Amino acid sequence: MMPDPDLAALRFGTGLPVPASAPLTPEAMLDSLAGPDRIVQDFPIPDFDMVMGLLRSGDALRKEARRNPAKGRKPYDAAVDKSAIPARISARVTIARAVANPDGFRERLVSFWTDHFSTRSRSQFQTYLPFALAEQAVRPRLAGTFGDLLSAVTFHPAMLSYLDQTASYGPGSKKGLSQDRGLNENLARELIELHTLGVDAAYSQADVRQMAELLTGLAFDHDRGFFFDKARAEPGPEQVLGVEYAGQGMAPILAALHDLALRPETAAHLSRKLAVHFVSDEPSAPLVEAIRAAYVGSGGDLLASYQALLTHPDSWTPFLLKARQPYDFIVASLRALGLTGQAIVDMDEKQFRRLIQNPMQSMGQQFKGPPGPNGWPEEAEAWITPQGLAGRITWAMNIPGRLTDPLPDPVKLAKAALGSKASEVLLWSAARAENIREGVGLVLSSPDFNRR
Amino acid sequence: MDRRFFLRGAALLGCSAAAHPWLTTVTLAAADGNELGDNRLVVVILRGAMDGLDAVRPVGDGDFAAYRPTLLEGSGGNLDGFFALHPALANLMPLWDAGELGFVHATSTPYRDKRSHFDGQDMLEAGTGMDVPLSTVRDGWLNRMLGTVPGLRAQTAFAVGQEAIPLLEGPTPVMTWAPEQKLQLSAQSRLLLENVYHDDPLFRLAATDAMELSDMLGEASMGEGMSPAKKGQDNFADIDRLVDFAAARLNEDTRIATFSLSGWDTHKGQKDAIAKPLSRLERVILRMQDQMGAGVWGKTLVLCMTEFGRTARENGTGGTDHGTAGAMVMAGGALKGGKVYGRWPGLAEAALYDRRDLMPTSDVRNWAAWAMRGMYGLDQSLLENTIFPGLIMDPDPGFLA
Repeated sequence: MMPDPDLAALRFGTGLPVPASAPLTPEAMLDSLAGPDRIVQDFPIPDFDMVMGLLRSGDALRKEARRNPAKGRKPYDAAVDKSAIPARISARVTIARAVANPDGFRERLVSFWTDHFSTRSRSQFQTYLPFALAEQAVRPRLAGTFGDLLSAVTFHPAMLSYLDQTASYGPGSKKGLSQDRGLNENLARELIELHTLGVDAAYSQADVRQMAELLTGLAFDHDRGFFFDKARAEPGPEQVLGVEYAGQGMAPILAALHDLALRPETAAHLSRKLAVHFVSDEPSAPLVEAIRAAYVGSGGDLLASYQALLTHPDSWTPFLLKARQPYDFIVASLRALGLTGQAIVDMDEKQFRRLIQNPMQSMGQQFKGPPGPNGWPEEAEAWITPQGLAGRITWAMNIPGRLTDPLPDPVKLAKAALGSKASEVLLWSAARAENIREGVGLVLSSPDFNRR
Repeated sequence: MDRRFFLRGAALLGCSAAAHPWLTTVTLAAADGNELGDNRLVVVILRGAMDGLDAVRPVGDGDFAAYRPTLLEGSGGNLDGFFALHPALANLMPLWDAGELGFVHATSTPYRDKRSHFDGQDMLEAGTGMDVPLSTVRDGWLNRMLGTVPGLRAQTAFAVGQEAIPLLEGPTPVMTWAPEQKLQLSAQSRLLLENVYHDDPLFRLAATDAMELSDMLGEASMGEGMSPAKKGQDNFADIDRLVDFAAARLNEDTRIATFSLSGWDTHKGQKDAIAKPLSRLERVILRMQDQMGAGVWGKTLVLCMTEFGRTARENGTGGTDHGTAGAMVMAGGALKGGKVYGRWPGLAEAALYDRRDLMPTSDVRNWAAWAMRGMYGLDQSLLENTIFPGLIMDPDPGFLA
């Protein structure tokens, strides 16, 4: 069976229309994913080391402001403002890539894994970090093993600061003893509960505690970025889920992360999560099983797992069962309205906030601000609420005219944005709107466009 | 007359002159018999696990101080000689003195051991016990409560805010809305949208509520004497909108309102980190009282519940990790306040749960059950079997005024 290319773009990509070169068969999608990530060169985000430099000068000014209060806080406040710029650029770039990339599956996977490993900024100084996590830890490892992805994310400054690992010291470590510091369980718990095994697996408080001890030593500061600080690492072996991890430095941590990645509970947790995200809030058991078997059989290889997802017949049900999340809705709308990636990157900050970020929030999703380490909900019911849908309709009716001129003919828009999935009733209704603006609004508000 | 049908009819008239009469009719309709009577119940879900031991500090317990070296500073007021209020709640003392503020300490849901926020919140809102797999529960206990009372209309209960509140979700119709939302549509757009949503029930129902609520709220007055958060109080602008909206509904024919407050997950530097969510909680309670007016506040009970408490000891980073029992905050004129309810288990290491957490001495569902029994006259067997399946209610704690 040849899968419907329109369905491929809607369900596994970022929407229609797509250029003729876009990968729309399972084979082409996997090939493209295994190849280079081209869009990051077209639309780069600010460089990590450059941003760390900004943060360092901010740190220095903060110290200075404390030491010398008479001089006032102005230079420091200016540094805070300046340190927010990289995140603002990154926000526009993130959306620009999703809109412009012909390889929509890659962009969807970036969203999926960044959500699986949800982080948000812990201070106004660090708003760039969640973007850096997506860029440095997630994007280069979409097609490798889950163990490698997990390790890269766990060691990333965004994760270390979001889940308080930077503050956690082995109580028996050199610095723990001399500075009277101790453990913080936050990352250890979420690592087991959310990132790997899942909450239904059989693990105990003791495993969480041991994992927290094992993770001590992982550190981040603005001078070095991520580093291992053995002076805060708890000495002695730790037992997690019945396995002993001994030795110095990063090796036992890496071993534990790779063991966690290969646990059968992790395979079951991730395969279900993939099926739920891409196909249905209630995915079929054979689909979940196919992904699980591929994951286990390949030693946690992600490409093999995606292959199982993309080639299973249940993934190609013609019914659009999922709701696009507000981020996906915005991206698909910008694509359908014909905006280029460059036009999005070039938006000024106020415009971007008014036309994109604030409306997304009133649809129920704060851009790069997940509600917690568990990320955004998946179920359609969580998004298509009276208030959330009102946010979508309000955007659809009012904003497109401020993004593109002239607005497209509504019926043509429906056909271009939905292809074979545009319903008769939508085409009929789109032709009967009082004006083009409302016709465009109707198309973008429709269930056809808001499902995938 | 069925409300939806009624509003639809009014909307078709499509002129604002029609709006006032039908709002009045809605109000009058409430007066001729709201099946829940006159009492108001507001449930606030504190997401992220509020540290009950910090909000309501057991300073009279000899073991407390040693557990909390960096978290003892200041006091918001001496409650009863044993418990003291956190400084960020100090402005609640007049309510305490008036008997309109109270607490339950050492209380928890039946959730144990895994200490997951998300399962913990699911169980709090499902109202079930450890014997029921959470994935099998599709409704929240407040929705099941509404389902036991025949003849209620959807606007009896409101979930307020963008975020989903599983507590109120379920088969019984309720209203959900975010106060900042305003949907304005031309008549033709509205008809066409109804057309394209018709065959997708999820979209059809959400859109119907959105359109009708926008009609209703567009014309409704938001109450007298509103003073939205002033500049410099940006911390409060969002919650003021929530509270004002909820209070305005409760001043009319809504009887149940729920929303959530987050920011409680204070793993690190709790001394500073908990001050903000506590001051927001304080603001919610005081503003609710202010926006309601004495008459309605006098018939109101506010219950603020969280998924679990936090460790008795500070962790190594000046914060606290996930624990078990915690505190519930109660306010309102319907409360017999000025008291910390619940049996205190003590903080000696052997008295802690797992030698780590405050030991639960009551089920938080018990207090909610007695609240609903007292305010709405619900039958005890309904509460123990349908609303909170598996709950065995303690004797009446007598905490309602």
